[in-house]
Amino acid sequence: MSQSLPPSTAALPLADLPARDVAVRHLHHPGRWISGGVVLLLLAVIGRAFAVGQIQWPVVGEFLTAGVIVTGFGWTLLISAVALALGVALGFAFGIMRLSANPILRFAAWLYVWVFRGTPVLLQLLIWFNIALVFPRLYIPGLVDARMVDVVTPFVAAVLGLGVNEGSYLTEVVRGGIASVDRGQTEAAHTLGMTPGQTMRRIILPQTLRLILPVLGNSAIGMLKFSSLAATIAMGEMLNAAQRIYFINGAVIELLFVCATWYLAGTTVLSIGQYYLERHFGRDATAAAGQRSWFKGWTRRAVARGQA
Amino acid sequence: MSLAVKAVGIRKSFGEHEVLKGLDLEVAYGEVLCILGPSGSGKSTFLRCINHLETPNGGYVWVDGAIMGYRYANGALQELPVKHLRAQQSQLGMVFQHFNLFAHRTVLGNVIEGPMVVRGLKRAEAESRAMELLEQVGMAGKASAYPSQLSGGQKQRVAIARALAMEPRVMLFDEPTSALDPELVGEVLEVMRTLARGGTTMIVVTHEIGFAREVADRVVVMIDGEIREMGVPGDVLSNPADPRVRSFLSRVLA
Repeated sequence: MSQSLPPSTAALPLADLPARDVAVRHLHHPGRWISGGVVLLLLAVIGRAFAVGQIQWPVVGEFLTAGVIVTGFGWTLLISAVALALGVALGFAFGIMRLSANPILRFAAWLYVWVFRGTPVLLQLLIWFNIALVFPRLYIPGLVDARMVDVVTPFVAAVLGLGVNEGSYLTEVVRGGIASVDRGQTEAAHTLGMTPGQTMRRIILPQTLRLILPVLGNSAIGMLKFSSLAATIAMGEMLNAAQRIYFINGAVIELLFVCATWYLAGTTVLSIGQYYLERHFGRDATAAAGQRSWFKGWTRRAVARGQA
Repeated sequence: MSLAVKAVGIRKSFGEHEVLKGLDLEVAYGEVLCILGPSGSGKSTFLRCINHLETPNGGYVWVDGAIMGYRYANGALQELPVKHLRAQQSQLGMVFQHFNLFAHRTVLGNVIEGPMVVRGLKRAEAESRAMELLEQVGMAGKASAYPSQLSGGQKQRVAIARALAMEPRVMLFDEPTSALDPELVGEVLEVMRTLARGGTTMIVVTHEIGFAREVADRVVVMIDGEIREMGVPGDVLSNPADPRVRSFLSRVLA
């Protein structure tokens, strides 16, 4: 056994044992300094390349707060919010249907996922936008009677396309979330006399929501970005607005950078919101959840360093 | 003594495997009945059939004047709507081996959930009643804690309070101490002992022979899905007639 030990841990006679308050020296990590330095250097090179490249940074700054761009970003936010709400609603509805005792409901939910998760979202946007070619009139007796082109505006097409597509993903997420809530929770609710509806609403769904909250946060971030696809169906959101500007002034990359800045700002805000939402819903699991979020880890480390 | 529960010819199979082979049982009001038996003998399944967490494949359970899950009409058992079954189930308080406290609710939230949602009590009323029950099981000080912050014994005492909050006719216990660390078993058994002394009708599936001997009015020993021995604890535990019961008891008492 002692033969397999490296030489630095050579035998120490019992008589030579150090005192109980002996100093401890930690390993140095030269590799960390080297790799860190290399990465910093690379970042500097990339930064410099963009600084001296053929980008007119003043133009980026100028258009960052241009009325058209800000209005476009407003539309981006609106499309994302409404489409996400639609997606979450559909996800819960079909996710619950996926677990129904009724095989026809289960099949319908499966079909929904199969169709809308199985085709590109850009294609779905184009189909919604051109739905009037299939159904020229929308007629629901006593409710609606209108030309389809008047009903399905670019905004409606964008919300339907993005929301229905997102719903197909969230259906599977919700199904998995419900299935992973312990069966004992349902049994306890039943023995208290709660009906299936009460059990689902008051016991299962709140716990499901907490489980899938990280996924919903990712959905929100993804939705903010995917909403840029609506630029292809003449929806005047931010990317579309940027394109209309650079078709005229030719400042292509500058305006794309303007968009990138706004998208990054939006996703950053959402990430922070996600952290607080998860913390709120994780009330009972605070000890276990702990440092799951990068944000918390970051602040905790800063605090720890401040104390040191 | 009037009857609280009467199980008639309960049969249950999971696939090919027949777990319960036609069991009959009567429990009177105020009685404490312990069900003993080796693992896999079907005692938990039997308890879960009594409150219809598992639907029996044959036979029926009569509780306080009505058949669980069915209406007897024109010589047949007509299945009841699920809402009706739930109302019947709420008359049987259930305590689970793994507690099954609602993870997203505080201790107090767990205890008021049934009274508020099922019995329609106002929050203030449900809370004051819940605090009394929590006091009774020694958990009033933890009313605003979440289940994840409690020990197993504390969870089980809250679970007992939650079941009692529905003012059930009968309390069912499904191996209430089997998932507990040994030093936490005593506090749960103490609560159950107090309930038994107070006249609560109880059916307890357990491995705690000592508890059965001390508290039970009658014990039942199940082996392979059948009731092999039934009677007062003194007779059954000290002097069982059935050789398989004798061999089981000698193993657990050793």
